[in-house]
Amino acid sequence: MTDVASRLAAKRGAIVRNQAFWGVVAIVLLLAINVISDPGYLSIGYNSETGHLSGNLIDILRASAPILMIAVGMCLVVATGGIDLSVGSIMVVAGAVSMELLSSMDGTTGDAVLTLAVALGIATALGAVNGVLVSVVGLQPFISTLVMMLAGRGIAKVITGGQNTTADNDSFAWLANGYIVGVPVVFLLAIVIVVLVALLVRRSALGLMLEAIGMDSRASRLAGVKRRNLQLTVYSASGLLAGIAGVFATASVMTVDVSRTGYQLELDAILAVVIGGTSLAGGKFSIGGAVIGGLLIATLDKTVVFLGIPASATPAFKAIVIVVLCLLQSERVRSLFRHRRALRAQSQKEAVAA
Amino acid sequence: MTGAPPIVEMTGISISFPGVKALDAVDFRLFPGEVHTLMGENGAGKSTLIKALTGVYKIDEGRILVAGEERHFGGTADAQAAGIATVYQEVNLCANLSIGENVMLGHEVRGPFGINWKATHRAAAEVLATLGLEQLDLRRPLDTLSLAIQQLVAISRAMVTRPKVLILDEPTSSLDANEVANLFTVIRRLRDQGVAILFVTHFLDQVYAISDRITVLRNGGFVGEYPTRELDRTTLISKMIGKDFATLRSLGSERQSHHYEPRGEPLLRTEDLGRKGSSEPTDLELHKGEVLGLAGLLGSGRTELARLLYGADKPDSGTVWLRGKKTDIHSPTAALAHRIAFSSENRRDEGVIRDLTVRENLVLAVQAKRGWFRPLSRKEQDALVRKYLTELNVRPADPERPIKLLSGGNQQKVLLGRWLATEPDLLILDEPTRGIDVGAKAEIQAAVAALAAKGVAVVFISSELEEVVRLSDRIIVMKDHRKLAELENGPHVTAETIVAVIADEGDDEEGDSE
Repeated sequence: MTDVASRLAAKRGAIVRNQAFWGVVAIVLLLAINVISDPGYLSIGYNSETGHLSGNLIDILRASAPILMIAVGMCLVVATGGIDLSVGSIMVVAGAVSMELLSSMDGTTGDAVLTLAVALGIATALGAVNGVLVSVVGLQPFISTLVMMLAGRGIAKVITGGQNTTADNDSFAWLANGYIVGVPVVFLLAIVIVVLVALLVRRSALGLMLEAIGMDSRASRLAGVKRRNLQLTVYSASGLLAGIAGVFATASVMTVDVSRTGYQLELDAILAVVIGGTSLAGGKFSIGGAVIGGLLIATLDKTVVFLGIPASATPAFKAIVIVVLCLLQSERVRSLFRHRRALRAQSQKEAVAA
Repeated sequence: MTGAPPIVEMTGISISFPGVKALDAVDFRLFPGEVHTLMGENGAGKSTLIKALTGVYKIDEGRILVAGEERHFGGTADAQAAGIATVYQEVNLCANLSIGENVMLGHEVRGPFGINWKATHRAAAEVLATLGLEQLDLRRPLDTLSLAIQQLVAISRAMVTRPKVLILDEPTSSLDANEVANLFTVIRRLRDQGVAILFVTHFLDQVYAISDRITVLRNGGFVGEYPTRELDRTTLISKMIGKDFATLRSLGSERQSHHYEPRGEPLLRTEDLGRKGSSEPTDLELHKGEVLGLAGLLGSGRTELARLLYGADKPDSGTVWLRGKKTDIHSPTAALAHRIAFSSENRRDEGVIRDLTVRENLVLAVQAKRGWFRPLSRKEQDALVRKYLTELNVRPADPERPIKLLSGGNQQKVLLGRWLATEPDLLILDEPTRGIDVGAKAEIQAAVAALAAKGVAVVFISSELEEVVRLSDRIIVMKDHRKLAELENGPHVTAETIVAVIADEGDDEEGDSE
């Protein structure tokens, strides 16, 4: 009996130590808070005419799509020991390019495909510029991508002439607003992309190589790992994923808001990655964890709105949730709790003995 | 020494970690005014015993008496308060502070207006004087000093609190012969002042040069305590590894009799290969199945030359011919593609990737060579890992264990496996046996001999001249970043021959300059 119990305890320990576990706990808690304030919060409606599912949960999934994209990109960059601060700005560039092109076109599906290709191509190119600055020029990732963060929003304003451009194209809008078997297309696309990236990284040796350069770039260089190519690949991938996020974000309203689209989303992406248990120091990374982190941020955003927390207090609320989460994940705090538990167990034992 | 009671007396010390008994009823005594060496293979429990004495680990059983009083160390501060100071293997000093600041860090003399720097420096000077280091300039920043002087500064820093016990954990692992001699002068001085010194090292010569008494541990158990003069080297080694070391001996004679006569076209030939500031233009030739030893003191340019051959540093002069063809080796990636592998002397920073598993560390170079988009299947990885873990006798043979949990010798074996897995024609080994125990050393030497017999060309670099002589077919002696001489190895060549070559040169130079 003790054998089974100890094995169970070990398994439980492993789950609790897994940082993403606390992300799941936080999501459940937030949903619980919402249910308390409105018992019908979790109900999912079904519109028999259109076949669409609707409800708060569906809204959260829809809203999480862009964050998932940039969080996954960020996760790969962070694994190499870098950081990409430009994802929010690359989002707005991709959005601006799409809206400008579409507004001058007829609204056919072909136009939408062409626009998508151009927007994502430009986003990838901007990511590649980050990659070149980091890997070839040897600038610090923080500085290179900070420059791109400032430049990106400027580029977007130049593209639209400072306007918030609006366009019409049903195919393009379908990417964000359409449904397949009742589920938002945008969420399905996001999940498919995440799974593809995860498969690519874990089935090939890319994941091992990224971790190797993130953990010890000198040792991996001597082992023949091509750091330059890998960094270029990773920053380009992060740019591409940010471009997709930008398309998702603008297609839902078919408008690009040059000063608000993707604004400060790089911070959300970094948070999502950290909540998922990937250390900003580089090395071991978890795409699954980043997905949970992204879902948590989307849930948090929706909860803030749902609870009617004033817009000015929103950042503070977000900060509290995240600080608590980081505390729970911290090895130090946890060992403190363990220590207290052990002390209590000991005093109980002593009491029994006496 | 006899008659005086021991300053430290540890009896029946046991420490367990989950799943392992790290120390099992170990006794240890330390007398004032003696140098006492702790010997044992990696994993024998030396560091655990030291950590028990310095309060890092709590002991499960046993007693620690310091100066006759029983002590319970709850942390390192308790041990320090009891007069036990430690200098660790890696120098823990602030590179950007001056010598004086480093020595007095945390013990600055305070006046009414904060730190009294004048008095602080005076106190630092006093400490340095007790160690016979008056000549050091207190205001010089630490990072302008050699590692050896930094080590002396670290010892000075430990002596600020006037401890009765000084623990030196492998202080000599990165020093050359001269620097070691300086360090020993300081150690003897402290010993004569009545400090009890606990010394840990892997170098047998040093044990016999400095220590009065030896305690041997094996597999966490206590083997015995011996006066140094009553224990000869062979006995000491056999006590450490628990069996006789005939393997080591037979290997040497076998290698020297086998002596390889190079013929035909060399595998690798360089002409004027060099790099400004690190390596003078050098010519060398290397044949298949040959072991070329690079001998010389630390800093003689051995490592720098090896790095040029591998493309780890870019050469700025000279030409390389590989298999008769002019070849440009500008990066490790290019070198690996040309079947050259290089194991760095810096195992910690340039060798193992600590957080990856044994398996991942072992397949890394092969995988990098293939490119990430052509992954090794799990089956191929398992085959490679099984092959090299068995061949090189890695313990524990658990591929999924993070490599940082293995002992130094076993990490080195995994690294050797990493390079062998790339099936090199030329293998460059820079200090592959530094800081590892006698058993692992013999196994690595045997592996090198076996490789050469299979036709691999090996460049072998080591600070231990005996080892170079034992393994090499030819020896290149280096000094001051250039090739001094090239010796055909044979029964007439010994470590003394090499020392003589280096020393002769030195005399000539002095003569020239005067």
